[in-house]
Formats: sequence, C-alpha cells, structure tokens
Amino acid sequence: MKRSLPARLPVVLLAAALLLYPLIFTGAFYRDIGVTFLLAAISASAWNIVGGYAGQVSVGHSMFFGLGAYTPLLFYSLWGWPPMAGIPAGIALSIALALVVGLPTFRLTGHYFSMATIAVAELIRIFTGTWDFVGAAIGLQGPATARGWWDLTFRGELPYYYLFLAVLAVLLAVTSVIERRRFGLYLRAIKASERAARSLGVPVRRTKMKALVLSAAFTSIAGSLYVIKTGFIDPDSGFGILISVQMVIVAALGGAGTLFGPLIGALILIPLQSATNTWFGGGGSGLTYILYGGIIVLIARFEPGGLFELWQRLAPVLRNAFRNRRQVWGRHV
Amino acid sequence: MIYLQVIVGGLLLGAVYALFSSGLTLIWGMMNFINFAHGEFVMLGMYVAFLVVVWLGGGPPVFSIAAALALFVLGVGVYLALVRHVIRGPMLAQILSTFGLALLLRYTAFWIFSANFVTLPQTSLAGTIKLGGLFLPTAQLVTGIVAIALTLALHLLLTRTTVGSKLLAVAEDRAAAMLMGIRPDRMQMLAWGLSAGAAGIAGALMATAYPWSPSVGETFGLIAFVVVALGGFGSVLGSLYAGLIIGLIQAISAFWLGAIYKDIVVYALFVALLWFRPQGLMGKA
Repeated sequence: MKRSLPARLPVVLLAAALLLYPLIFTGAFYRDIGVTFLLAAISASAWNIVGGYAGQVSVGHSMFFGLGAYTPLLFYSLWGWPPMAGIPAGIALSIALALVVGLPTFRLTGHYFSMATIAVAELIRIFTGTWDFVGAAIGLQGPATARGWWDLTFRGELPYYYLFLAVLAVLLAVTSVIERRRFGLYLRAIKASERAARSLGVPVRRTKMKALVLSAAFTSIAGSLYVIKTGFIDPDSGFGILISVQMVIVAALGGAGTLFGPLIGALILIPLQSATNTWFGGGGSGLTYILYGGIIVLIARFEPGGLFELWQRLAPVLRNAFRNRRQVWGRHV
Repeated sequence: MIYLQVIVGGLLLGAVYALFSSGLTLIWGMMNFINFAHGEFVMLGMYVAFLVVVWLGGGPPVFSIAAALALFVLGVGVYLALVRHVIRGPMLAQILSTFGLALLLRYTAFWIFSANFVTLPQTSLAGTIKLGGLFLPTAQLVTGIVAIALTLALHLLLTRTTVGSKLLAVAEDRAAAMLMGIRPDRMQMLAWGLSAGAAGIAGALMATAYPWSPSVGETFGLIAFVVVALGGFGSVLGSLYAGLIIGLIQAISAFWLGAIYKDIVVYALFVALLWFRPQGLMGKA
C-alpha cells in the first residue's frame, strides 16, 4: 500500500525535526536531553513489541536492558575488548533469558508473565549485587578515554545523538514492517482475544515467543547503547525496577501497540522528568516516580489506549467543531 | 539447638507471610486479578501502626486493629475508584492500574518517611521468652501465633459463613450469583477490603518485631506472589502452608548462605514453580 505524500507529512516532519534538533539546540543541556529522549524512545519501542502489540505486559524488561549493559563492560574489564564487541553476546544472553521466562509463562494467562518478569528482574538485580565477577554492588566501568574510534567514547553528545537516532530509525522500521505482515496481524489477534486467535489457527505461543525474543534483543541493544554512552553500570541502573517502569510508562502514555506511541510518550515524559529534576534538585527523582505512578494509574483508569488513541478519538470531533464554527461565521459575516 | 532456633524463627515469620498472602490469593481467586500493590498495602499497615503509636499511643491490639481498619477502607476505596473500572478492560489496564498504584504508594512513602529504616517505639511485646532451650523474642512469637489464627479465621469465614459462601459464589459464577440475589459488586468490594485489611494487620504485626523502610513493600509483594504460586491461586489454606514453607526456606538459606541470599533463593523457587508446577503445590493439574 503506497501512501500519498500528505499522509506521510507528519512522519517526514518528525524525522526532520529529530535530525535538526541538536544542530539548532547546541547547548550541552539540550543535547543531553535529546540523547536521553532517544534512549527512552528506543527502550520503550522495544518493550512495545511484546507489551504493546502482543499485549503481554512485561514489568521486568530491565533484565534485558541490564544484560545488554553489563556484557560489553564485562568483556572490556576481562579482556580489554571495545565495549561494542559485547553487544552481540548481550543480545544472545537476552534471547536465552527471554526463552527461560517466556516458555513456561506463555502457556498460562498474561498475569503469570507479568509476575514472572518482575520476579526474574529482581532476582537478577539482587544476584548481580552479590557477584564479584560482575563487580557486585559497585558495578563495572568502561574505557575512561577512547583508545580509538572503535571504543565509541566521544567527548560531546553529538555522535551519541546520531548513533541513537539511527538505532531508533531501524527499530521503528522493523516495527512498521511487522505491523504490515502476517506476524503483526497475529499479534493484534492475540492481544484482542487469545482464545479467538487460537481457534482461528494462530500459533499463539510461538507468536508470543517471537515477539518477546525480538523485544528482548532490541531492549538489550538499548542497554548496550546506554552503557557505551555512560561508561558505567551498577545493579540498580541496569536491572532496577525503575528501568522497567520507564519503558512501560513511556509506551503506555503515548500509546502501547502503536508505532509512534513510545516516541510521543518520551517526547512528553523526558522533558518533564528533567524539569522536575531541575526544579527540585536531587530530591526530584523521588517526586518523578510519584508522578510516574500517578500517570500510570490515570492512564489505566481512563485512557488505556494512551494519548495516541485519545487524539484519534478527539481529532474528528475537533475538526467538526472547527468546521461548524467556520460555517457559522461565514453565515453571519 | 541453633537449627531449631532458625526453624522456629522462620515459621513465625512465615506465618505473617501467610496472612498477607491470603489477601492476595483471595483477590486472585475471586476476580482473576493480580494486585501488584499488595506489598505496599503491607508497608502502609506498618506505617499506620507507627503513626498510631507515635501520635496516640496505645498497645499492639489498638494499632493492629487501627491498621486493619485503615487498610480495609483503602482497599474498598481502591476497588471503587480504580479496580471496578479496569477489571473488564484490556490486560494492559488491569496490570498497569495496580502497578502504578504500587509506585505511587511506595514513592509517596519515601517522600514522607524517607528511606531510613524505622522500628516501633518499645511496646508491651518487648523482651524474650525462654521456651525449652529456645530464646524467642516475645513480639515474634505473638506475631506468628496471631497471624496463624487470623489466616485460619479468614479461611473459616470463606468456607463456613453465609458471607463466605456469597464471596465464593461470585468467584464461581458471577451471573449465577446475581440470579441468586447476590450483588457481585458489593462482594468484590468486601473482598478488596478484607484483602487489604489482612495486609494491613500483617504489616502492623510485623512492625512490632522487625525494622522496616518504604522499600519493604516491593519485597513483600514478590514474596506474596511466590507464596500464592506455591499454595495455589485462590486457596487461603494453601497460602497458609506455603507461607510457612517460604518462611522456613528463607530462614534456612539466610543461615546457611548468608542473609542476602534469602530472597534470591525464594525468587528462584518462584521461577522453578512456574516452569514445573504453575498450578501450585496443592493445586490441581
């Protein structure tokens, strides 16, 4: 299905805005927010494949993020490899973990999957904190200064910005291909009703498993990107529950199960988070999570489809109202 | 003798696990709904006890009942304001509703009470009792025994009284229960009150014997998942046995492996259960 240019216009504008943003806002503060925004969008889009499209709500996706973050630094600290080299191993480990979590729980209802994800993530977090091999509670550190371009250790934010943007573009392209293929239809059918999907011959368990594996792989990449930028990881910043929370809330606020939902969510939440941190100083992070909890409750209660669905419902109404008003004016003037 | 000491200590803590987990299993069994904020309800019960003691004074019976009542009201409120509206909605809304609530409660508690560990000011349960060769803190002993009694009382309430029959009827078949003149909405409201009340009183009891901080909610929530998974979803008696077993396993692994490993062992057990016996030890295949 070819779409006309006007239909694609918002996407083209968005892409242009993202490409130009760091060139217009050159301050370190704004570029840092840009990078944080991209990382949040990547993580949430990765979560979205299994949590949004397949409707299997993981609340422990930090397990994949953490594996993706730890593996590159582990390889660096063991053998001095460039962190980049650890990315494939991180993906492989994440996929293996996805199988461990998914195979038993996807036989059961969705609640079991949610419970298992939160328990496994917490298990790994506590265990990592006691394991000296991976730095225990102190964590691991990457190369302090670049030994060459392959370390991907840059001084400014700009190279990271475009690297992350490229990854986000790939992830969104993959997701939009999935949306249009049979696999995407299967996912939507499972989300709407698992029993109905099964009776129509959808291979439910295999489809859910595929979605989880894909999601885990991209989440792992997000973790690797994070650690390549920060050069540091500890149990809480890798496997902590708040990492999972952020993926869930960013995707759900924008619209879980929509292509651009996570992007919209990140566009709203990341500036908000940075604003609360600026206004309230170090104590602001606590306030941020009170706010996150409140927003999640409100979304669940009033608008489970997120802002994207709200907009789709409101847009025609607003357009009609606007048109009627113009007609009224036309008559009187 | 040291082993016996460890075993008894584990069972006494396990009894409290059983009490708050029976609240989680009640909701799960009745409504096929997981309350991710259940551990936070326990944590709130602890702080209610703390505030009652500090502001009003009063012994363990007073603040335990106060915590139970406060959490009963909160549970009913959460059902009316939130759960009732999402229960027939998409899975995402069901899970996010109480998950968001958990975050809201946990971080509000951090905000108000700070992350520091607190203990109750000395209550009438201070001191230790010598039982045979065992030295047991009075608070732990009383807490454990009261918790077992309350869990059994909840079991009897569900199986031996009219209200219990109505609750189970709604769980079994909502439409049929309505035809019998039972109001499902009211019964589910009651179940949420009982569930949160059980969590609240369990928290108040634990507050007499153990120090805590706002982060304990997360741990207790996960422990309740494990207990319910072990005891079978929806069975109060099952969660009594499972709670005692989990308490025992924690005590033994803390003794042999070190305190930090006690949660690791329990969560690993949970994953193993999901793999091999997802219906629970006592559940039917």
